[in-house]
Amino acid sequence: MNILDAEGVYKTFGADHLVLNNIHLSIPEGSVFGLLGPNGAGKTTFIRIINQITAPDEGQVYFRREPLSPGHIERIGYLPEERGLYKKMKVGEQALYLARLKGLSRHDALKRLKHWFVKLGIEEWWGKKVEELSKGMQQKIQFVITVLHEPSLLIFDEPFSGFDPINANMLKREILELKEKGSTIIFSTHNMSSVEELCDHIALINDSELILKGSMEQIRKDFRSHSYELEFTGNYNKMEATLSSDYQIENSFQKEDKQYITVKLLHNLTTNQLIQQLLPLGNLTGFKEVIPSMNDIFIHAVENHTKAV
Amino acid sequence: MKTSIILQREYSTRVKKKSFVIMTILAPLLMAGFIIGYSYLIMAEETEERLIGIIDDSMIMHESLQNTDAIKFELIDSKGDENIKELYDQSNYHAILFIPENITVSNTVKLFSESQPSQAITSHIKTSIENYLEDQRLIQEGISRDLISSLKVRLNLDSIKWGSDGSVSVNTTSTAMIVGYLGGFLIYFFIFLYGVQVMRGIIEEKTNRIVEVIISSVKPFQLMMGKIIGIALVGLTQFIAWVVLIAGFSFIGLTYFSPSHDAAELAPAPVTQDIMASNPAGEAIEAAGMNMTDPDMIQMIMNELGNINFVTVLLLFLFFFIGGYLLYASLFASIGAAVDSETDTQQFMMPVTLPLVLGIMVMINAIQNPDGNIAFWFSMIPFTSPIVMMVRIPFGVPVWELSLSMALLILTFIITTWLASKIYRTGILMYGKKVSYKELWKWIKYSR
Repeated sequence: MNILDAEGVYKTFGADHLVLNNIHLSIPEGSVFGLLGPNGAGKTTFIRIINQITAPDEGQVYFRREPLSPGHIERIGYLPEERGLYKKMKVGEQALYLARLKGLSRHDALKRLKHWFVKLGIEEWWGKKVEELSKGMQQKIQFVITVLHEPSLLIFDEPFSGFDPINANMLKREILELKEKGSTIIFSTHNMSSVEELCDHIALINDSELILKGSMEQIRKDFRSHSYELEFTGNYNKMEATLSSDYQIENSFQKEDKQYITVKLLHNLTTNQLIQQLLPLGNLTGFKEVIPSMNDIFIHAVENHTKAV
Repeated sequence: MKTSIILQREYSTRVKKKSFVIMTILAPLLMAGFIIGYSYLIMAEETEERLIGIIDDSMIMHESLQNTDAIKFELIDSKGDENIKELYDQSNYHAILFIPENITVSNTVKLFSESQPSQAITSHIKTSIENYLEDQRLIQEGISRDLISSLKVRLNLDSIKWGSDGSVSVNTTSTAMIVGYLGGFLIYFFIFLYGVQVMRGIIEEKTNRIVEVIISSVKPFQLMMGKIIGIALVGLTQFIAWVVLIAGFSFIGLTYFSPSHDAAELAPAPVTQDIMASNPAGEAIEAAGMNMTDPDMIQMIMNELGNINFVTVLLLFLFFFIGGYLLYASLFASIGAAVDSETDTQQFMMPVTLPLVLGIMVMINAIQNPDGNIAFWFSMIPFTSPIVMMVRIPFGVPVWELSLSMALLILTFIITTWLASKIYRTGILMYGKKVSYKELWKWIKYSR
């Protein structure tokens, strides 16, 4: 079951500026969904459409199969990239205000806020003015406000910007804990290492178009290069001669008495065939598929798409 | 529902601010202090006795100068004006008056002093001698003073106005002027003060970057209206507090420092008019040719105040205050949404403040001629009508004119609010972009 389905979403600013071009996208319930793309690709606009801050020109977005409506706002939590707080207002008062805007009663909001403030060890901030807090501290408050109404869909736009590594780690832990509890998380970022760590589905938007989507597993499979790293001791020259016809040697270097070779399989050959060819020539001490990093996939996909356009 | 949560925050954070509390209490205190202090000063001034020495070369003229409570005269046994300086230094005279021998021809006397004698002293001396000389000439011509007095005419003009319902009201312009002026000026003041607060509040939300957090929970329109209405309530609170406090402080103060009309009676006419001219309402009073020293006049003002229907004026004041505020607040809101900081507001402020200032300028004209063409048209145009109509109301305005003006105002603020909401919802999410009028027009045309 999908928590969110976007069907044929178009969005333009003015007459000539296309921001989202025919986006079809599904976000599975309970997943951590990475929404990736270069700056200005249209991610934030798509997120704003989900939050009903703006509406698509064409197309429809469904929340659990119902067309998006104001009633859904209370089931969504949103931490925008451009986020801030009233500087002169006290932390507790402000958290209470924003929670009530999300539809919580004063009583419920107070109870949950107390719980979170204790959990994060920030009770003593309650009566302080926001301007007295550091930026990282403010980010923590914003995180609490985002998740307080226990939404089923959470949207974090660049959540790690402005966090030090310790707080970023805490945030990752909290995100995974929320996932455990059954929330779906949309996660927009440039930080590819955190995508690899957290996401199980991704979509890549470039220049208003969706160019890549699917589960991490599937995408990795799609982007596999059929290259393998070998650790080999034996007659390298003979091996090179043997492999040259059906395989492509992409890289090769020697370290101490070992030869390290990256081989790409051509003509739908299998790894077993490669190994059979190698075994008579020497001793195979290591064999591993070269897995593309998210970073590589991102750059590769975006560059191909930009070239195609 | 959510609008009311926003409204509450906008209201309570502003009302709790120190600057608001100080302004609300201090302004009436200053006003009351001014009223009390002024009355008190006049009394203090008048009770201090001044001794004036007279050197009378004409021998007879000094008889015309009568002592008053504050001014005493003393004849000095001396002649000529050569050694006046020594005489002054040796004595404790406040001033020395020199009356030359040829006074009946030259019509000139000299008053010597080291300090500037008050107007009360100079005018007393002047009128006394003038009257004396005039009497002398009348007697020479064989006319008695009693005859002159009986020939003098003082005209009372009561303007009687037929209302459209056939009612008759006696309305004398001076009081209507003051009430109108005060009403118009207050509306101008509040629109400006609180309109700018709406703009500042929106800029604050933009620069704080909290706006996107909020509009993921509520519609931009709700946020904008919550702010506008919340601040309107702050303005009303302040207005009501001022009325109550000024009345309270003045009452307490005047009871404590003894009633003010004693002071008013004692106050010399020219001084009163000087003071009045220095505040805006003074113009109106001067124009009306009022003389505050006359106790009958005070009685008359009281009667006139009774002639104005204060409940109607107050209700209409509230209507035009709220209507005008809503219209301008929505314009100020769109400016706030379009810019990144207050320094960028200049180019958009002009067209918004211009009609307001124009309203004040027309108001000065409308006060002289409340049924004239200019007053009529500017009290119909919604951008100036709150100010200009407010001036006309105490003079009486036909019902159809009032209804038309009110309807136009309502219609216009609905349109400006609608336009503002379109600019607002696009503008609040735009950062770091210099916005032009062309851009604003594009935002208005965006579907959503």
